[in-house]
Amino acid sequence: MTAVALTWLLPALPLAGFLINGLLALTGSKNKTAVSIVGVGVLFAAFALAAAMAAQLVRLHPEAPIILRYWSWIPVGSLQVDFALQVDQLSAVMILIITGVGALIHLYSVGYMHEDPGYARYFAYLNLFVFFMLILVLGSSFPVMFVGWEGVGLCSYLLIGFWFSEKVNADAGLKAFLVNRVGDVGFLVAMFLIFQHTGALDFATVFAKAPAVFALGSTAITAIGLFLFLGCAGKSAQIPLYTWLPDAMQGPTPVSALIHAATMVTAGVYLVARCSILFALSPTASAVVAGIGAITALFAATIGLKQWDIKKVLAYSTISQLGYMFLGVGTGAYTAGIFHLATHAFFKALLFLGAGSVIHAMHAAYHHTHAHEDAQDMRNMGGLKAYLPRTAALMWIATLAIAGIPPLAGFFSKDEILSAAYARGAAQPLWYGFWALGIATALLTAFYMTRLMLYTFHGPNRTGEKERAHLHEVPNVMTAPLAVLGLLTLFGGALNVPHLFGGHARLERWLEPITHGATMISAVPEMGHATEWLLVVVAVAVAAAGIVAAWRLLPLDSLVPARAAAPETGLGRLLWKKFYVDEIYDAVIVRPIMWVSREVLWRFVDQRLIDGAAVNGTARVSSALGWIGSKLQTGEVGVYVALFVVGVVFVLGAALR
Amino acid sequence: MLLGPALSVSAVLFALGVAGVLVRRNAIVIFMCVELMLNAVNLTFIALAQSLGIAGQIFVFFVMAVAAAEAAVGLAIILALFRHGRTVNLQNITLLKG
Repeated sequence: MTAVALTWLLPALPLAGFLINGLLALTGSKNKTAVSIVGVGVLFAAFALAAAMAAQLVRLHPEAPIILRYWSWIPVGSLQVDFALQVDQLSAVMILIITGVGALIHLYSVGYMHEDPGYARYFAYLNLFVFFMLILVLGSSFPVMFVGWEGVGLCSYLLIGFWFSEKVNADAGLKAFLVNRVGDVGFLVAMFLIFQHTGALDFATVFAKAPAVFALGSTAITAIGLFLFLGCAGKSAQIPLYTWLPDAMQGPTPVSALIHAATMVTAGVYLVARCSILFALSPTASAVVAGIGAITALFAATIGLKQWDIKKVLAYSTISQLGYMFLGVGTGAYTAGIFHLATHAFFKALLFLGAGSVIHAMHAAYHHTHAHEDAQDMRNMGGLKAYLPRTAALMWIATLAIAGIPPLAGFFSKDEILSAAYARGAAQPLWYGFWALGIATALLTAFYMTRLMLYTFHGPNRTGEKERAHLHEVPNVMTAPLAVLGLLTLFGGALNVPHLFGGHARLERWLEPITHGATMISAVPEMGHATEWLLVVVAVAVAAAGIVAAWRLLPLDSLVPARAAAPETGLGRLLWKKFYVDEIYDAVIVRPIMWVSREVLWRFVDQRLIDGAAVNGTARVSSALGWIGSKLQTGEVGVYVALFVVGVVFVLGAALR
Repeated sequence: MLLGPALSVSAVLFALGVAGVLVRRNAIVIFMCVELMLNAVNLTFIALAQSLGIAGQIFVFFVMAVAAAEAAVGLAIILALFRHGRTVNLQNITLLKG
């Protein structure tokens, strides 16, 4: 029995965890040990299986994906969809990230959520999420993938609104769900178009037929690419559908780390990489992907500059980094996009979990003194490195990684995306613009991340006199996963050290069977070594400049706690208010839709037309007809007989004619 | 053999019966008109039996038997109606109306 033959077990493990923990939650069990063992255990078991599968794949290194058919799912005429899973190089990378980072975050949750009354429910949802995420990346056809795609959206909704007794949390979950629906429409339309043109929905057939069916740059393939990307923009929080992700921070912090940083939000990048051949066939769609990615990266980074909530900074940072990934896959550097996806999963999970530790410590301190301060506002922190030394050190590693300082993981992946964008600029000058946006983003990334670290861990402490005594480092069950992620952040770059630095670009060669179809159609041009070195120097210089600028410019000593802070003015206020995008969406989209729903659809269509005309109208018409009929029932036998005779005469007349 | 006149008589008798049922109000008179219609039909049976076979004549016996039974039941109902409302005028008996 080989590991790949056990693929079905991989999603089945977290599903079993969901069922057991769900039962424990429903029965109101207080047995937290059982919940922890099941919830975390299935993830580690799944990771072991995923590692075994990846090891087997390394030995085989098959050119074609291994497809495992389980049952015929939708057999309708010419539409034949099997429930089948697919193991190949790309899904191997994804399952390792999902189960690996997922297992660490599950372990961390044991400490973070330990006092929560909804402990079992939390782990049930988290296991269910991992199940759907694995279906998403293992599915061998668009519909199976879509099941996972919707499932992770559901779990995201459930976990954002985990503390649903506060309306703001429930609203945030609802917002995430509704915004994602907009994107899902795009995904569905893309599926319909793909089926219309190729007559199939499973990846193998679609990708094999695509180069023959679609002309390079034809309208059909561009439409498919753009609709697919609409789906990606919803799931992966790109302009214009990114607004749900910052609100999603209302959920528990490990959820933000797992779903809204490491795995679910990267599903869009995975989709583009999976459908690389479709995007390669449409230069327009690829340019839109890269352009939206680059613009989102810069836009979100500017907003991140002025946020005070530590998780909001990380949320905008995530949107920005996702923009980088889309810049990569849109450029045609699919490996670079997936590489950044992997390294981002490491260092952003580390940052979120570190922020979770900070919030945990802050919350505990405020809880002790019964103060009602914001435990997530950086203005209430400061100087925490004295109290949380391990968390501070690990978060600094992640900060340097995301800023792109060599030789940390983020440096290699980000540099690869930027140099690919620059290289494409030689063929299409538009990409020089994208590269410039990317470099500007790198500067801002270094700045806002350093700002986050300085305000949180350095300078004087602003938590409060009484609270300070209760600030403590978090338990080992929470710092251990951080340490593992720290190691991955330090050495994750080794996955794909480019030839430039004497590496072997192993991920590049590993993903070759997935991407070669796309690179055959449009390859990223090669660059000279001198240019590449220059780009590296520029990127590192920009990152260093961002860090130094933050260090020099930020007024650490004059910062006051949140309750005493003066309101922002000018440009700072614009950034703090996130360019008023939420307000604009509210005025332009949400309110008109609410008005139309209330005044037209409810008060007119529902109450007047359906209730009034259709339902009550039918009743009135039949009662009027009944009234007329009742007038015939006089009770006089003579009348009945007369009518009867008339009827007989008519029937006879008709029969005799 | 006199088929035309016989059928004509029976048609006239039947029409008289129908007209009586339609225009008269007294339940007993209406009842008599119904009997008239039945006998008109009997006459038709007899007349047609000459050419179409014996079955028509046998049917007449059936009709007479049913008419006798009907007379018994019908007169009993009329008697009950009279006891109930002191009238056999059908215009005054309109309990079953919508």
